Amino acid sequence: MIEERFDAIVVGAGMAGNAAALTMAKRGMKVLQLERGEYPGSKNVQGAILYADMMEKLVPEFREEAPLERHLIEQRFWMMDDRSHVGMHYRSEDFNEERPNRYTIIRAQFDKWFSSKVREAGATVLCETTVTELVRDERERIVGVRTDRRDGEIHADVVVLAEGVNGLLGTRAGLRARPRPDNVALAVKEMHFLPRETIEARFNLKGDEGVVIEAAGTISRGMTGMGFIYANKECISLGIGCLVADFQRTGQTPYGLLDQFKRHPSVAPLIAGSEVKEYSAHLIPEGGYKSIPQLYGEGWVVVGDAAQLNNAIHREGSNLAMTSGRIAAEAIDLVKSRGEPMSATNLAIYKKMLDDSFVIKDLKKYKDLPPLMHTHSQNFFLTYPQLISKAMQNFVRVDGTPKAEKEKATLKSFAKARSWTGLFGDAYRFARAWR
Amino acid sequence: MNVEPPVRVEDKLYYNRYLVDIGHPHVKVRAHTTPSPQLLALLKACPARCYELNDDGQVEITVDGCIECGTCRVIAEPTGDIEWSHPRGGYGVLFKFG
Ligand SMILES: Cc1cc2nc3c(=O)[nH]c(=O)nc-3n(C[C@H](O)[C@H](O)[C@H](O)COP(=O)(O)OP(=O)(O)OC[C@H]3O[C@@H](n4cnc5c(N)ncnc54)[C@H](O)[C@@H]3O)c2cc1C
Ligand code: SF4
Repeated sequence: MIEERFDAIVVGAGMAGNAAALTMAKRGMKVLQLERGEYPGSKNVQGAILYADMMEKLVPEFREEAPLERHLIEQRFWMMDDRSHVGMHYRSEDFNEERPNRYTIIRAQFDKWFSSKVREAGATVLCETTVTELVRDERERIVGVRTDRRDGEIHADVVVLAEGVNGLLGTRAGLRARPRPDNVALAVKEMHFLPRETIEARFNLKGDEGVVIEAAGTISRGMTGMGFIYANKECISLGIGCLVADFQRTGQTPYGLLDQFKRHPSVAPLIAGSEVKEYSAHLIPEGGYKSIPQLYGEGWVVVGDAAQLNNAIHREGSNLAMTSGRIAAEAIDLVKSRGEPMSATNLAIYKKMLDDSFVIKDLKKYKDLPPLMHTHSQNFFLTYPQLISKAMQNFVRVDGTPKAEKEKATLKSFAKARSWTGLFGDAYRFARAWR
Repeated sequence: MNVEPPVRVEDKLYYNRYLVDIGHPHVKVRAHTTPSPQLLALLKACPARCYELNDDGQVEITVDGCIECGTCRVIAEPTGDIEWSHPRGGYGVLFKFG
């Protein structure tokens, strides 16, 4: 049993937990961080794109120290049907800059490094320790935790819940609801190893330049979902995710989707001859703004995926996790520096600060998009990709058909598949939700 | 369309590293005679294919290959069909890459 008392206990050593623990430790607080994995990162799965700006705010020198894979100079979006893809690529020499904006990373390695910075800052980090319960006092305030490693309780003024998307502790303690099948996606992922030169040749890269591909269309078989292919130095991260509710409804298997994606004629040549070294799966919060739970209470705050702070439209999560962790830590420090208790009234400042940040502003902007994608998934992920592919083929294939006839055929195929009112309705709904 | 070859999930799990907590499964299926639709959904939705139908038509779980995603919890915990926890500290899947 740990007799001593801490200023703060952080549950979880992912992006959010590390940001919170680092920020508090740097400000001289006595911090205990608990992580159930063998080492920080051993339970964590991501694509993974790291956004430099948010990382820089925490560890300004991370570019020199952190295990980074490639800096991104190119982004591809693919809309796929079974045999084709229509692509939009953006590549710019501007991204070959001194302080690149986005990098690919490998989470298990990155988290281990990030955690070393947390320790350096003076926090106590205990791994292989699952927190099993939150401890309350007689006035129902959260005053500490129980773990599976030590008898008894560990006490602190405040508990930062950075426990990730499953958020078991918070759910069990009644602080928030369990994630619902229509609010979380299940992603499955594989790591494909290839020689560095092969990756660079196949993706048209030199040195540490990188590219990511985001893919949607018939690969998700009418479910709300996305595929991704990210180039690392000596491996390719490849995966696909769809809403859990859709898996439940359709009876599709995640590994079936993944294998179909890998066999797609646009994808197969990229990974041909690779050695797979890992198969992983993880949930992603997809509910957006409307699914954000209560963020603070008597003696606790919640940060990162556990609070559903994830922008599924832009595939941003770790940056929202890091930022919410940092802001929560700053709010706690503010309350502490005033010598005030960690009450709900005082911790409300965390929500105010978060509301003013890009985290909540971005999620608010897209608040209607997730429900739209979910209710119209057949159109957005099956019908339109097929139609667009057909239209492109019609456009590029030279077969003696007069151009006017070709255009007519394309328009007709759209109207037939979805009706004009349907098409305009979808376009209108989409534009409104995006606005 | 050509016929898809069956996917062998066991082969995929073979790439992974695990520390199995023998005798302490972290996910349990409630005893039942006829499985609920939620339980049946797990046969397909679990990415590690931990759930299987036994000869009597009941759903059983073997957690050794579990990759701790939480999908089964989201689907079948609300109905009380399963009990879901994290493995004890240090046990379970150990991602080298993640
Ligand atoms: C396939 C995939 C691709 C993604 N791609 C991107 C991307 O490219 N860019 C991006 O920004 N985001 C991406 N995301 C989202 C991003 O991974 C998450 O938003 C981010 O990891 C959230 O950080 P977190 O700290 O809140 O949670 P996590 O990183 O999940 O960390 C939670 C930690 O808490 C620990 N823990 C949980 N419960 C307990 C307990 N009871 N006791 C002790 N420890 C506990 C866990 O072991 C874990 O280490 C992706 C996600 C997935 C699944
Ligand atoms: S947590 Fe995921 S991998 Fe483990 S049994 Fe449940 S669905 Fe399967």
